Amino acid sequence: MQQQTFGSATIETTYREAVREAIRDAIKRDERVFLMGEDVGRYGGCYAVTKGLLAELGPERIRDTPLSESGFTGAGIGAAMAGLRPIVELMTVNFSLLALDQILNNAATVRHMSGNQFGVPLVIRMATGAGRQLAAQHSHSLEGWYAHVAGIKVLAPATLEDARGMLWTAIEDPDPVLIFENVMLYNMSGKLAVDAGPVDIDKAAVRRPGRDISLITYGGSLWKTLEAATTLAADNIEAEVIDLRSLRPLDDATIIASVAKTRRAVIVDEGWRSGSLAAEVGMRIVEQAFWALDAPIGRVCSEEVPVPYPSHLEQATIPQAHKIVAAAKAALGRA
Amino acid sequence: MTAPADKPRLSRAHMLDLLKQMIRIRHFEDKCYELYTQEKIRGFMHLYDGEEAVAVGIIPVLEQRDRIVSAYREHGHALVRGVPMTAVMAEMYGKQEGCSHGRGGSMHLFDRATNFYGGNAIVGGGLPLAVGLALADHIQGGDLVVACFFGDGAVAEGEFHESLNLAALWGLPVLFVCENNRYAMGTALALSESETDIQRKAACYRIPAEAVDGMDVVAVEAAARRAVHAVRESRKPYFLECRTYRLRAHSMFDAQLYRDKAEIETWRPKEPIIRFQGWLQSNHMIHPEDVPRIEAEVDAEIEQAVAFAEAGTWEPVEQLTRFVYADRSVPADR
Repeated sequence: MQQQTFGSATIETTYREAVREAIRDAIKRDERVFLMGEDVGRYGGCYAVTKGLLAELGPERIRDTPLSESGFTGAGIGAAMAGLRPIVELMTVNFSLLALDQILNNAATVRHMSGNQFGVPLVIRMATGAGRQLAAQHSHSLEGWYAHVAGIKVLAPATLEDARGMLWTAIEDPDPVLIFENVMLYNMSGKLAVDAGPVDIDKAAVRRPGRDISLITYGGSLWKTLEAATTLAADNIEAEVIDLRSLRPLDDATIIASVAKTRRAVIVDEGWRSGSLAAEVGMRIVEQAFWALDAPIGRVCSEEVPVPYPSHLEQATIPQAHKIVAAAKAALGRA
Repeated sequence: MTAPADKPRLSRAHMLDLLKQMIRIRHFEDKCYELYTQEKIRGFMHLYDGEEAVAVGIIPVLEQRDRIVSAYREHGHALVRGVPMTAVMAEMYGKQEGCSHGRGGSMHLFDRATNFYGGNAIVGGGLPLAVGLALADHIQGGDLVVACFFGDGAVAEGEFHESLNLAALWGLPVLFVCENNRYAMGTALALSESETDIQRKAACYRIPAEAVDGMDVVAVEAAARRAVHAVRESRKPYFLECRTYRLRAHSMFDAQLYRDKAEIETWRPKEPIIRFQGWLQSNHMIHPEDVPRIEAEVDAEIEQAVAFAEAGTWEPVEQLTRFVYADRSVPADR
């Protein structure tokens, strides 16, 4: 996978390095910022994101934790309530379930329950998604679940710019922000502006303009969707690709503006279809742009099965470019 | 070294203050019970009857800058800490003049002015927060103590063990206070713990610990002085188990099928107010008119608090979705 940035001077980098640079930059910028999580220090991070940071920044800023997801996530919440700006790394979304009580019952509620006396300016990062043959317990895509929760914000950086730029903006946010990094993106390389810095975290982005159909997606599925759009272009179908970027709040305006123009939509989401984020996006289109639609809304989601170990079954479970092409053609009556 | 920090203060004025604080909580909650039957207070409400010596013995030993995390049986903690009774009562009503703007209710009393970081209604959920509040102080090089109150039920939660381990591993100034009232809702301690001597669990994490008679306010205060001093000086955690008894139901919905009335009756004479009052009388530290005077003072304060809550206002429903995220159009408080 490649992506291009034009304009100022660029460097060749990877998504992993972009996240690492964002962490380093945040810790150097603000003495209140520190990172804690399992194996973030001596091991260098489960996905090598934090490799080298312990030696550079020291154990007070890069803090290895025991395998106590609930304990150290709650500690991050407490430290945030006391005025620090912690970044908690939960390794992967699969393990975040052990901290779900703290995320949902404390991080998301404290501002409200306290009548606005205490906020939780906490960032929680975690990897998400399937594709590495890690089987059913290590391949979940539950960011859509988290997007259900009032009181938190949910981000899904899909590009190098967002991997580099979303973290600082999230840290500056006065409320808890969850950042989901798709495991298949860490090795993605490309050019990033030398002066790349903070980006907004509340707007969706049009990654490819088009007039015939809106393909709405986020995270790891963005690149499959862009691949599908290229395939569709060969059939003279100009797909517009929307990268949601923020799953909560959703940027309705960008979604609706696109659908109002193209009159057709397919939503691509690696979560299971039932109760998915795709369902939420689809319903918002129905609520706000029903009369603009020329065809039923389509969805490409994961199959309703725990993610299997064998590669061919795993790949058959999650969204793929050919399924996106088929769904788009169906919406256009060209199946 | 200054004078020993754990030396009990036995002045008459101090003794009367301890007694008053306990009576203040008891009478406040008696009024809450009455208001609950009148449907002025709704939802879950957990009364502290029998356990007052714990909050009264420990919280005044803390300094103003110290931080407190509590659970859902926390009216007493808030009152002793200095959250105004008016604001607590208004919160019980759900009025916007309440200490949590009415959004929390009985189980979620918060007060930034007194560093009261909340009533937490998920058993064990407050312990990691206390660790984080202490971690922040550790990182900032402060000298705070974070007092974390929880019940015996929390001991069975994973968060209890994770939090003790983290506090000890990282050397954080947390005073863990287990209010062991012998029942986790309706489940007796012996039915939920393989080791019922709770303070022993701290030893696994190399945290110094002691158990104290939680019905004896003087003993609790003496233990609290030792404990707070130890945390303040060592910057490390300390574990205090206060053995007490809940004389009323778990909550207003509890029919108490799990214990005999006779058991409760055996505890009533041991409860902290009767016991302390008797001790003061036998040591001639109290005058006959002291208790009626204290009760009159406390009841007048409660009357004012009820009037304040009654006169309080309902938050306009148009404001329903406030306080979910920070309003960034106004300067953030933190």
